[in-house]
Amino acid sequence: MGITRTPTSLTQSSATRGGIGESTLRPDGTLKVTGEFAYSSDLWHEDMLWGYTLRSTVAHAAIVSIDTGEALATPGVYAVLTYDDLPTEVKHYGLEIRDTPVLAHGKVRHHGEPVALVAADHPETARRAAAKIRVEYEPLPVITDEASATAPDAVLVHEGRDDHHIGHVPHPNIVHRQPVVRGDAAAAAARADVVVSGEYVFGMQDQAFLGPESGLAVPAEDGGVDLYVATQWLHSDLGQIAPVLGLPERKVRMTLSGVGGAFGGREDLSMQIHGCLLALRTGKPVKIVYNRFESFFGHVHRHPARLWYEHGATRDGRLTHVRCRIVLDGGAYASSSPAVVGNAASLSIGPYVVDDVDVEALALYTNNPPCGAMRGFGAVQACFAYEAQMDRVAAELGMDPVEFRQINAMEQGAVMPTGQTVDSPAPVAELLRRVKSRPLPPERQWETTEGADVRALPGGLSNTTHGEGVVRGVGYAVGIKNVGFSEGFDDYSTARVRMQAINGEAVATVHTAMAEVGQGGVTVHAQIARSELGVTQVTIQPADTQVGSAGSTSASRQTYMTGGAVKNTCEAVRAKVLDLGRRKFGTYHPAWATAELLLEDGKVVTDGGEVLAGIAEVLDDEVVDLELEFRHRPTQAFDLRTGQGNGHVQYSFAAHRAVVEVDTELGLVKVVELACAQDVGKALNPLSVVGQIQGGTTQGLGVAVMEEIVVDPVTALVRNPSFTDYLIPTILDTPTIPVDVLELADAQAPYGLRGVGEAPTLSSTPAVLAAIRQATGLALNRTPVRPEHLTGP
Amino acid sequence: MRVSFTVNGRQQEADDVWEGESLLYVLRERMGLPGSKNACEQGECGSCTVRLDGVPVCSCLVAAGQVQGRRVDTVEGLAGADGELSPIQQAFVDAGAVQCGFCTPGLLVAADELLEHNPSPSDGDIREALSGNLCRCTGYETILDAVRLAAARTGQAV
Repeated sequence: MGITRTPTSLTQSSATRGGIGESTLRPDGTLKVTGEFAYSSDLWHEDMLWGYTLRSTVAHAAIVSIDTGEALATPGVYAVLTYDDLPTEVKHYGLEIRDTPVLAHGKVRHHGEPVALVAADHPETARRAAAKIRVEYEPLPVITDEASATAPDAVLVHEGRDDHHIGHVPHPNIVHRQPVVRGDAAAAAARADVVVSGEYVFGMQDQAFLGPESGLAVPAEDGGVDLYVATQWLHSDLGQIAPVLGLPERKVRMTLSGVGGAFGGREDLSMQIHGCLLALRTGKPVKIVYNRFESFFGHVHRHPARLWYEHGATRDGRLTHVRCRIVLDGGAYASSSPAVVGNAASLSIGPYVVDDVDVEALALYTNNPPCGAMRGFGAVQACFAYEAQMDRVAAELGMDPVEFRQINAMEQGAVMPTGQTVDSPAPVAELLRRVKSRPLPPERQWETTEGADVRALPGGLSNTTHGEGVVRGVGYAVGIKNVGFSEGFDDYSTARVRMQAINGEAVATVHTAMAEVGQGGVTVHAQIARSELGVTQVTIQPADTQVGSAGSTSASRQTYMTGGAVKNTCEAVRAKVLDLGRRKFGTYHPAWATAELLLEDGKVVTDGGEVLAGIAEVLDDEVVDLELEFRHRPTQAFDLRTGQGNGHVQYSFAAHRAVVEVDTELGLVKVVELACAQDVGKALNPLSVVGQIQGGTTQGLGVAVMEEIVVDPVTALVRNPSFTDYLIPTILDTPTIPVDVLELADAQAPYGLRGVGEAPTLSSTPAVLAAIRQATGLALNRTPVRPEHLTGP
Repeated sequence: MRVSFTVNGRQQEADDVWEGESLLYVLRERMGLPGSKNACEQGECGSCTVRLDGVPVCSCLVAAGQVQGRRVDTVEGLAGADGELSPIQQAFVDAGAVQCGFCTPGLLVAADELLEHNPSPSDGDIREALSGNLCRCTGYETILDAVRLAAARTGQAV
């Protein structure tokens, strides 16, 4: 007996529903509601050990000594590893800059950094043994913000940097800096009738996916390792893991296990290398599962940010210029900070037409927790600030905030501050119109014939108010997000599609390395195969590294990219099937040579609807099997001085209207409704699209009113690594989320689709903040809003 | 220690259980029932919700020894013996209430218990009953849809 609960193929037959544009149900739905779906924490092997990670208790310190003797002598312990046990000269990893030690060497740079690993026969044995490892630290000065990071005598978080950003940053504690300069902001400012400036603060948000980091590493007879894990990008992991292990990539066979959400937090490695090291050292399968406390240290977070903005406008409501400076805290390691900087800089103005801009965005190295990708990365922080500014400028002009936005809204053909022309639909004004024209929810919904239903009031079941001191506010926001990997990255995906006849029926098999993290990619792949190949039965094989890279499940890119790859490969498979048909049957019917041929309902048909043959008949014993890559149009790097360049593939837009009720005496907020309108180009699966929009909206709500990782401003220690102290919205905190989906095709994209996942996370937060400001009259320049911000002096 | 109790109607026992192990750990790692999930192991998220003598509990907060001789029902026991999904399971699939699915088992057990004693709950009742179960993917709208759908279908069937 070997491993149990490993990923299985998903086979779905769907006769009447199931092509693109239909709300086909998930092929893994039944497994997920019965408890049988194999998540990465469910993996089990009869002979397995449990791994555990010892993490630093301080944020910045030299490691004087590590004594593992007592831990190693503990009964049940099989291995204890530190930096000195790493098998090769490659001891670091990272998404772009390989600055992250597999295990701390010489010093630790943030609270919770991995220092040592233990493998034991029971998880509690491993935990207790790790507690016996004695690490002596000698404190170093703690870098916590821009002032301490860029002081002339600042301690360098990373000495001897040789990455490709070091040449253009003003200080070695700055990871990357990207200006965007267009027109002449200073000259334009002179034309402004009103100028509004402000400083904004965005707190550190956590992805808080529910499935903890986990996986199982199984040593193989060939000296390699099989790794089952939850991740967002198998091949990126592989490229970072194999060199550290000293193995060729073909000997590190990765399979995607069930992923319990991701939201950016699984783009970086967590337990992958650690599990493999322990498995190879002990010769036994090793399972590592973080608990929630450890999970808060085990992945990067959303960059907290400080943002300075100046907007000018003429009296008729036209923006003259925008100047801004965005400082993102990247924490101790680079992760995806450079990309976050690029997004923040290039999208800093929002979906508005402004000819004269002067922008600077940068990410710091500090000793705070490392920050990287989270849904909407870079664009989320900017949207919070520029939308607050838009409301303030509108107020200064005495204009309606929606009308002011609509006057300045970009349309197709608009030019971005980067000089890039927006060459597909950009229905910004229309999205705002749609959320605004929706009827407002009735007031005082808590009133019932039996008194107040406190569940509908701020404070809820805490029974803090029965409506006294409760005021309503309404706020609007709109945002712009890039889709896909930008700035010249060679972004591609791969799909392998096989078609054959089984028992007289043509069936298709789709194999990709796409990480299904809950978004429904597996559903969409089967829909695409049905639409393109005219089959009903489609099997989705488990994602693994035996097929080419699918790229990351991030940046709202997978339906575009791996969906595009599946479509592309299906088209090539279809052409081969039709060639087969022409060779076999072409002489019997002239339409084989002259007509446009389609595959529909298991048959080869002409565009006039005439049936020429069954697909199974055409295939007979032949198997058509192709693996092809798909690329989106190339992009350019942004000029490092001016930020000019066609840096993005596609833009995506969403707007929100928030309705809130605030208990002004206790500072408690109830979001009553959060309506969203979004253009998705083409909804391949409307049910999934609405689910993405509602989920993204709710994460934006979370960071508006509750979610923040609190980091001590002096020690850089994390104060709330638990779901007791880091709050995410419950079903009682979350309002009705009506969704209005537009489908304006992007001619460049497969089926005209537009990436969906991130845009709703942008405008949700500033809409809620705007509503709270309207209810309370307070300025509120930071998110999340806490009760003391609403009641304090 | 040895612990024996009834799980989904079947008598089960586990040997060599360390006294500090939770019911969740014993179900997942010793009894081959990983359907109950381990999202926080702090009693905050509800993903490990099971019924202990009929009452929903966070199995991560129940010591395995406390369950000796008692009755536990998990997500694995919701479907019929022939594998047919229960109304609440089918409704979660049909309403699109499942994305990553990690919260789903706990929500199903909690919602099943709600519908057992309140067959036609108001939205307020549903929100209150499921307020101990965190979901990070859906924004809860489709979960509400699913519970309403299951209630409607069950009501029609009676």
